Amino acid sequence: MKRKHRRMLLVGALVLGLGSATILVFQAFRSTGELFVVPSKIAAEAPKGDRVFRLGGMVEAGSLKHLQEGSRPAVRFRVSDGVASVDVTYVGILPDLFREGQGVVTMGKLQPDGSFAAQEVLAKHDENYMPGDMADELKKTGWKPENGAPPPAALWNAAQKNAALSSTKVGG
Amino acid sequence: MSDMTSTTAQAAGGRNLHRFANPGQFLRLSARVLPPVAAIGLVLTLTGLVWGLFFSPSDWQQHDAVRIMYVHVPSAWLASFGYFSLALASASALIWRHPLADLAAVEIGPVGAAFTALCLATGSLWGKPMWGAWWVWDARMTSVLVLFFLYLGHIALVRAFDDPQRGYRAGAILALVGVVNLPIIKYSVEWWNTLHQPASITLTGAPTMAPSMLWPLLLAAIGGMFGFSALVIARLRAAVMERRIRALTMAQIRDVA
Repeated sequence: MKRKHRRMLLVGALVLGLGSATILVFQAFRSTGELFVVPSKIAAEAPKGDRVFRLGGMVEAGSLKHLQEGSRPAVRFRVSDGVASVDVTYVGILPDLFREGQGVVTMGKLQPDGSFAAQEVLAKHDENYMPGDMADELKKTGWKPENGAPPPAALWNAAQKNAALSSTKVGG
Repeated sequence: MSDMTSTTAQAAGGRNLHRFANPGQFLRLSARVLPPVAAIGLVLTLTGLVWGLFFSPSDWQQHDAVRIMYVHVPSAWLASFGYFSLALASASALIWRHPLADLAAVEIGPVGAAFTALCLATGSLWGKPMWGAWWVWDARMTSVLVLFFLYLGHIALVRAFDDPQRGYRAGAILALVGVVNLPIIKYSVEWWNTLHQPASITLTGAPTMAPSMLWPLLLAAIGGMFGFSALVIARLRAAVMERRIRALTMAQIRDVA
């Protein structure tokens, strides 16, 4: 009985000790766990020198311009976090999810003129999963994907129910 | 020499027979539990997958690529659920010295590792067309890769000793150490900025997913839980029976000698 309790304490202490050690380590290295830097952080303190880093944020609505660099497609757009924004240039093929209003993570270097020359552009996906016809319905009510995330999912269901109700009323 | 082996075999055989007095009860109980658990798992998983892969709507911006989610998300949940059950089995093996818990830990490992591999593979297949990259070292993906390595380490460690008891002990400690990774996986998308999206389904808030996609996903996930349990129970039964056969063979050899 006593030995069992001692083992229980030992296992508890092992998990607790390791848990708190890990939390402390992660607290200390919090910033190294970040995948990207947001524009307002660059505005506050620009990364020094010629460093390659990842810049993340939303593609600003109305900022996307398609260009041509030789025979390769090139783009210019602004990445914003709502507070500050950075001009980004990129030569290459964009991922399927790339559009205005989408979150992106770009990797590259800051240029002397303050713009960001990206070597890689990744598109983020948010936590919203929405069927195509629902998106069409929302667009009819005035939602524009380039201006940001769709209204909360709980509201779509209400909208869908309302649509179903009104259609049955019409039918009846 | 032969005398020595026979005495150690006797000791091992005696201990095993004693240790698996209780596992006899497990064999009887699991024989009744296994068929319904396996059947429920199969029916729910198949319903969820067929619904998700063929009948649920496509996403407005991912189009049909969203269907990878019906495999990816359940396997991700099972990867964490499996590791949690591995840690529970290990803790009860260390504290109560329950012999079945040791065997359960050994048998959970490969099943959990398989689902983690499936999660990583499907995630990668989705990531290339959607994000534009097969793999990125963000906090979520890195922590799940660490989970996969923890599983592999556990699988290797429990089999690495001549005396299985020492292997079980070492594996149990590794499993408990690795538990710190589970909250890191869960909260990685909140603690750090990651490429991976945050959770759509939480215990506290409304899901950010249309019900027509949520239902098949939940069915596949619940079916996966049953399927996972059925696989582990079946493996555990086989392991207990193997021990019994070995103990009986030992006893037979002893009788002949």
